[in-house]
Parts: sequence; C-alpha cells; structure tokens
Amino acid sequence: MSETNGTILSVNDLRTYFQTEDGLVKAVDGISFELEKGETLGIVGESGSGKSVTNLSVMRLIPEPPGKIVNGDIIFDGIDVRKLNIDEIRKLRGKRMAMIFQDPMTSLNPFLKISTQLMEVTQLHLGHSKDQAYQHAVDMLRTVGIPAPEKRVDNYPHEFSGGMRQRVMIAMALSCEPELLIADEPTTALDVTIQAQILELIKDLKTQRGTSVIFITHDLGVVAGMTDKIIVMYAGKVFESAPTRELFKNPANPYTKGLLKSVPDPAHEEGKALYQIPGLPPDVAHLPDGCPFAERCDRAEDICTKEFPPFIQINENHHSLCHFAKEVYAESTGGGE
Amino acid sequence: MAENKKVVKGTSLWKDAWKRLLKNKLAVFGMIVIAFMVVAVIIGPPIIYWTTGFTPDYIPSDSKLIKSFPPSLQHPMGTDEAGRDLLSRVLQGGRISLMVGIISTLVSLIVGVSYGAIAGYMGGRIDNVMMRIVDILYAIPYILIVIVLMAAFGGENTPDWIAAISNLFGGGAGLNQIFLLFFALGLVSWLTMARVVRGQILSLKNQEFVLAAQATGVSTMKIIFKHLVPNALGPVIVYATLTIPSVMLTEAFLSFLGIGVQAPYASWGSLCADGIKNIAIYPWQLIFPGVTMALTLFSLNFLGDGIRDALDPQTRKF
Repeated sequence: MSETNGTILSVNDLRTYFQTEDGLVKAVDGISFELEKGETLGIVGESGSGKSVTNLSVMRLIPEPPGKIVNGDIIFDGIDVRKLNIDEIRKLRGKRMAMIFQDPMTSLNPFLKISTQLMEVTQLHLGHSKDQAYQHAVDMLRTVGIPAPEKRVDNYPHEFSGGMRQRVMIAMALSCEPELLIADEPTTALDVTIQAQILELIKDLKTQRGTSVIFITHDLGVVAGMTDKIIVMYAGKVFESAPTRELFKNPANPYTKGLLKSVPDPAHEEGKALYQIPGLPPDVAHLPDGCPFAERCDRAEDICTKEFPPFIQINENHHSLCHFAKEVYAESTGGGE
Repeated sequence: MAENKKVVKGTSLWKDAWKRLLKNKLAVFGMIVIAFMVVAVIIGPPIIYWTTGFTPDYIPSDSKLIKSFPPSLQHPMGTDEAGRDLLSRVLQGGRISLMVGIISTLVSLIVGVSYGAIAGYMGGRIDNVMMRIVDILYAIPYILIVIVLMAAFGGENTPDWIAAISNLFGGGAGLNQIFLLFFALGLVSWLTMARVVRGQILSLKNQEFVLAAQATGVSTMKIIFKHLVPNALGPVIVYATLTIPSVMLTEAFLSFLGIGVQAPYASWGSLCADGIKNIAIYPWQLIFPGVTMALTLFSLNFLGDGIRDALDPQTRKF
C-alpha cells in the first residue's frame, strides 16, 4: 500500500497491564502499529495473546481497576486518546470509532427492540430526533442486507438468527459513519457460509465508505482476503508485522510459519494428521526471560531461552521478533519460490 | 409476515410466564382475591353510603347505652363500639392498608433498585462502601427506625413535601401522619431490594451487550438504567410483590401499637387494635378486620410465590 492519505490511528509502545491475584499480567506489552486512512489491518494471534486488549485499549474500554494502560501513545486522527477525559472519549466512541463484537448472540440487549438500540446511537451522536433516528435505523438495516427492514426494525434480538444479529451489530457500528471500525473476531461465532457473507459485507461497506478497519481474528484464512497488512501477536507482543501478501508468502518468524502450517489444506494433506503448534500459550503473568515462544518453537536454540529476541527489520514494512528472523525469512523466500 | 410475527411473539418471556402463572391455582386464587379487594375498597364505601347512608366515621347521635351491634342486614359486619358501620370501616381501612403496601413498596423499589444497581455496576471500592452501609442499616432493628422517624417528623415537624403530597388527597394532620408512615416504611424496606438488584447487576454487567453499549458511547447512568435494570426486572417484580404484604404487616403492627394510623382514619391494623379491646363481648369487631387482612396477606404471598415460580422456568414442574 504505497498510496496513503494520512494516518488515522497510530499506536506506539502500548502497554496494558492487569493487576491480578496471580501477579501482574502484561496482557499487552509494547505494541506499535500504524493504520492509514481506508486501510485494513489484521491482528492475528492465539487466544490470550492480547489482541482484544489492544483494541479495548484503543477505545479506552479497559476496566480500571484491575486493568491499566501504563505506557504508550494512542493517537487517533491527531487526538491523543489517553489524555481525553471520559466525556470526550464517549463522544468518540460510536461516532468516530466503532466496534463489532465476537458473539452476536450476547452483544445485543435482549430486553430492547432492535430499533431502540439502533436509535440510541444516532440520537446520542448525531442529535437525531426520534423520527429521524427511526428512519435512519431502517435505512441502516437495509444497507446491511436485512430483508423487510421496516418490519424487522421493531423486533427483539431473539427473533433474529446469529448472522442477522451480526448484521444488526454492523448496522449499529456503522450508523454514525465512523472513521475507524474495530471488528473483534466478528465471524468466530458464525458458521462458514454466514461468515463469508459477513466478511463480504464488511468489505463492501469499507470500500463504499472509506472506513479504516482493524480486523482481529485467530483465523488466518479470514484475514488473507480482507487486509492490507497484518500483525501477528503472541504473549502481548508483536511477533511479526508485514503486508498481507508478504506475510503469507515469506514469513520471517517461526510462530507465523507455525500458524500458516496449521491452516488445513484439504487438497494436499488428505489422510495426514493435521499440523498443530505443540504446547500451549504461556501464562502471561509469569513470562520467561527469553523468547516466550521458545518452548514451543521447533528451531529454538540456547539463546532463545536466555535472551529476549530483538525486533529485526527485514525490509521497509516487514519486522519480526526473533533471534533468527533473517534466517527464517531466507528459508521461506528460498523454499517458497 | 404478520402471522409469523404473532407466532414468535407468543413465546416471549412474559407470555410464557403468564401461562405458567395461570396454571398455578393458588396464585390465581390470590390474584382474584386481590383484584376483588382492590375493587371493593375503591367502590365499596360510596356504595354503602348510597344504599344505607353510613360513612366510615358516621356516629349515630341517639344515646343508646350499647352501640356495638352484631352483624345484621343493615350492618353486614356489625358496628364498632362507637356505633360506626364496621364494613364501611374495614373497606376504608383497606384503602389505607393497601396504599401503605403499594406506596411503601414503590419507595423501596425506587431507592433499592437505584442503590443496588449503582453499587453493582460501579463495583470495587464504591460497591464495598455502599453495601457495608446496607449491612449496617440491616443491623439496626427497622421498627426502631420507623418509630424514631415517626416521632421526629410527626405532628408539627412534618416535612413540607410530605404535607404537599397529603394535601393532594385532602390534607390534614391525620393524613400527614399516614403519608409519613408510607415513606418511613419505604425507607426501611429497600435494603433487601438493593441486595437483590446488586446481585443481578453483578452477573449482567460482564455480558457483551454492556461492552457494546460502552463502545457506542452510552453514558454510565444510561447503561445502568436503560440496559441493565430492565434485564433484572424479573427478580425485582417477585421481590416487590413479596414486599407488599410484609410492609402491610409492619403497618398493621405499628398501628396496633398506636404509632401508625390514628383515628378518625382506620387501617386494618388499627381496627384490630380497637377490636381486641372487646374481644370477649363483641368478637366480630376483631374477627372481620382480622380475617380480611389475613386473607389479603395470604393472597399477596401466594401471588408473589406464583410469580417467582412462573418467572423461573427451572423450578417449574408443570
């Protein structure tokens, strides 16, 4: 992505820690990334790698206590999000940055009509009257492809299927035409056909409106067709960041390689056991001194368990957190072609 | 589509609960008795006045030595020792007793739900402090608080706003006293309500729709009262229906002791207190108000239990 028209979101050395009985959990520990206007960023990682916490930090939705953003800058369109007071941040949320959640079954209030929930957003941020907001709600439902929106708008969430609810969530998130849309595993709870529809919908709406999107997922297949660049997270750290094509073609980190190998390939792997990265993600409350992935890494050497790996720059847009980043990169360029 | 919609609506939580409630014979019995009682206390006294000319405080001016008459066609429940028609007085007293139940429960609802919801949602230190205050208030005998409140704010010291409310209903020292009682009782019965609501909110606040509401910029108070409180309504309704009889009983108890409703006004409690003086000679003066009150309290409790079972599908067998 060479053509850029300004940065919408810039996160620099973000650290969000949680104080628990088990000790200090460094859920996000030094994350940096930049998002251009109209661009889509994918954040990939296993459960507990800090993907969601990163984005909750951006929206300042970390429950405090026990959580706390201890360090870092979050600059949204020139605004330092960390310095805003709660009323100012509320004016941003829903209006300029919006969020879609993982489970559409629980993210709508079961007691309120769809119309009430959709109208709340625009009445709050756009100063709509009741009639305007109602009309806007109907229009939004039509935009996200809900049939007979005039009738459906007065239904309750339990009268919608999972995919439909996720469409409603998207309608709600896009009501005020936000500049940044954070989609936190929006398709995880849906079956594959619905997943494809929802992805297509997000993609279409993004192109129509020029919204910047942060797409969180643990499914590399989902981000491949969606994103411009990807960061891979592990144990609260960025392990690799690269443009999407480059990351898929020439990964420079053993963890990324493992993730890529874990995607089942029915055409070539028939009859073989599916690949998986051995072991479990580490307990972020008690991280080792060395590389947090060392235990599970197939090419780990002595240095990996002793020293924390450096963040190596491979080329202009490609970084990898590994002692052997260059070697891994060389292997994948050599083996990939 | 319209037909389809009807089918879907039929399975809603409230319709479902209503169906289950109708299957519960005791609850239906309670509902009928309460409905009858409410209608009776509203239209009863005027009807008696039109048909026989007796008002609850009409004292016959003839100077017979004995004024307490046993039940007869003219006085279906007899008369009290001043010669007043007892049926009329029981119905009049029912108004006050039911109003005590309803208004005090409303006061406890407003205070308890707000308090509990805020404590539960805020969590942490605020929650801790707020709930410890509740614990402390729990430890003080509530009758004592009511007595102190009644003594401190009764008579001359009635706050203006209570006098203003009672003026809407006619005013006067006696009515002021009654409204003061409503609020005093309400203010001591919100504690359990606050706990019930807090518990509900605690389990609800971590649901994703709360996060979704936060992410759209909804303010904290709106999240609490628009998104969370309606979701906690079930247990609140159950507890409220069970609060009504308990408040009514407290009022009867206070009136029996002479702290609550005072003549010329009557409540079931004060009627019982009057009746018990003559229990050996004119038993109907105790029996009629007593039975009416017991029946109403039973019915309210049956209804409350019925609603609780109806709203909780897990405890239901039929």
